[in-house]
Amino acid sequence: MSILINKNTKIITQGITGKTGQFHTEKCQEYANGKNCFVAGVNPKKAGESIFDIPIFGSVKEAATQTGATVSVIYVPPPGAAAAIWEAVEADLDLVICITEGIPVRDMLEVRNKMKKREAAGGKKTLLLGPNCPGLITPDEVKIGIMPGHIHRKGRIGVVSRSGTLTYEAVGQLTEIGLGQSTAVGIGGDPINGLKHIDIMRLFNDDPDTDAVIMIGEIGGPDEADAAVWCKANMKKPIVGFIAGVTAPAGKRMGHAGALISGGADTANAKLAIMEECGFTVTRDPSEMGKLLKALIK
Amino acid sequence: MKIHEYQGKELLKKFGVVVPRGFFCNSVDDAVKAAESLGGKVWVVKAQIHAGGRGKGGGVKVAKSLDEVRQYAGQILGMQLVTHQTGPVGQKVRRLLIEEGADIKKEYYVAALTDRATQKVAMMASSEGGMDIEEVAHSTPEKILKVFIDPAIGLTDAQASELANGIGVPAASVGKAVEALKGLYKCYMETDASLAEINPMILEGNGNIKALDAKFNFDGNALYRHPEIVAYRDLDEEDADEVEASKFDLTYIALDGNIGCLVNGAGLAMATMDTIKLFGAEPANFLDVGGGATTEKVTEAFKIMLKNPKVKGILVNIFGGIMRCDTIANGVVAAARETHLSVPLVVRMKGTNDDLGKQILKDSGLPIITADSMAEAATKIVAAVK
Repeated sequence: MSILINKNTKIITQGITGKTGQFHTEKCQEYANGKNCFVAGVNPKKAGESIFDIPIFGSVKEAATQTGATVSVIYVPPPGAAAAIWEAVEADLDLVICITEGIPVRDMLEVRNKMKKREAAGGKKTLLLGPNCPGLITPDEVKIGIMPGHIHRKGRIGVVSRSGTLTYEAVGQLTEIGLGQSTAVGIGGDPINGLKHIDIMRLFNDDPDTDAVIMIGEIGGPDEADAAVWCKANMKKPIVGFIAGVTAPAGKRMGHAGALISGGADTANAKLAIMEECGFTVTRDPSEMGKLLKALIK
Repeated sequence: MKIHEYQGKELLKKFGVVVPRGFFCNSVDDAVKAAESLGGKVWVVKAQIHAGGRGKGGGVKVAKSLDEVRQYAGQILGMQLVTHQTGPVGQKVRRLLIEEGADIKKEYYVAALTDRATQKVAMMASSEGGMDIEEVAHSTPEKILKVFIDPAIGLTDAQASELANGIGVPAASVGKAVEALKGLYKCYMETDASLAEINPMILEGNGNIKALDAKFNFDGNALYRHPEIVAYRDLDEEDADEVEASKFDLTYIALDGNIGCLVNGAGLAMATMDTIKLFGAEPANFLDVGGGATTEKVTEAFKIMLKNPKVKGILVNIFGGIMRCDTIANGVVAAARETHLSVPLVVRMKGTNDDLGKQILKDSGLPIITADSMAEAATKIVAAVK
């Protein structure tokens, strides 16, 4: 069917009353089954009020208890965003999607370590997507995040990428040649984040309605290589891979805080080589991701 | 954000790490006065620029008399210091650090940084201080020790001793090294650094442990809560065009090629640069206009790209999502007019209202070349500049 979210997902929006939160909540509501999916907002100062017919609660826990929501999306500004993630974790949600860009790395470090300890102590495992990500979408069912809904089409291809517009690029190519998507996931460009390529590849592998995957990465960090090694041993579905940043110089931060080459193993060329070795169909031409994938599933 | 060595040492001192006594100066007379007030017989005259490798480039000199202090300060101040990190043009030296000499028995390397794989802060130490650590990592990786720190607990005495003993600090000085390591960690966390490196950290003849150098980098996302760090910012050390771009919320990085590119989103911007290279040319810059690209932002982006005399053509690649292609098209037309654009311009637009955007470009009467895919856009701009 899809991974992580579908038309029955019930969602809380943290930061719903801010400018960004309002703007994107309205767009998400308009998309497919959004009206029924976005069931609650959180703002302690506006509890009891409502916005776009969505009731506002004083806390995530209260919102979850009252509405049965299991997923939240965060538009809270950077200084309070890590605390918002933690609030959602403590409310035992299944999945938290943090759109916020610009969260201090130390805040993410602290909240990620708290999450891991909570899990290790037997607490519920809450998945985190992001931060600094576009969110995710299951076409014709639900969209959670800031991506343009209309470029998507329902289908059987999974897409995972760190970058927002590069995800849209892949989706746009697929839709143009008649291939729809099962779920498209943007995991975000920050160095300390939640779900990684490997986690999303696992989910796509287990999803009976995903036939093939486009995996897009960037320079910096070990994540794409880790995913590739896992895929070599476990992945049953064909994958097209692309890594952005062949021309990026070392030591310069290319917009995303995570896109900084540190050692030798995290250059685009090194990652492309590992992915190819692990059975991916890799390309250096991002314009042909869709075409290559189509050739693989014929 | 980077800072100078003397600023880094001020920070380290605040967190209990011992540093040599020294003064920051920006004139030769002040340098001599600083040496006088420090006393002693040996002084170190150190160029303060943001790049590493200063010693090899002639930016660090040991003076054995006040006359030598005057002589070296005069040589270094104002020089164009070239190191492996400055590029061939080098960096002009505007500031000096005058320090007391140190009695170096042994040099070590220590650093704190955030490790993305373990999602913890890593504290690294090596017996091979004073060298290029990347070289050590490459040729003798076993000589770099690491411990990973739980942020809720901090660097423990046991971890710090493990590092100090592991790099061969003599037993009598391990306690002092542990204090230095703990100070470095605390400093790293409380200032929201993304790198804090002491190379070398030295053992002196009397058994003391001192930080002889200090290199810091700070998390840009956290600067809002550190006015004391922001006050250290030295715009003379930063690329003027990158600073100018950041005022308009544009991320710009100059590169060596001749095709300027303007893209929305960091990942797509890198992919566009890569496509230009794939089709036989080199990008002149990285430029991410971000999410809300107004006409003003696009115009500023054009101006910044065109300041680079190497630019022989421009490629605009926009995937319209929330940002509509017609808005961008209006911005591109206005920018091309305002800058009296005289180099070829290829525009590739996809997504929301792309047809409308293309029509606006066509109706403008400007010689704008359009393309449907990134590959087509790259092919066209490469052909146009040849």
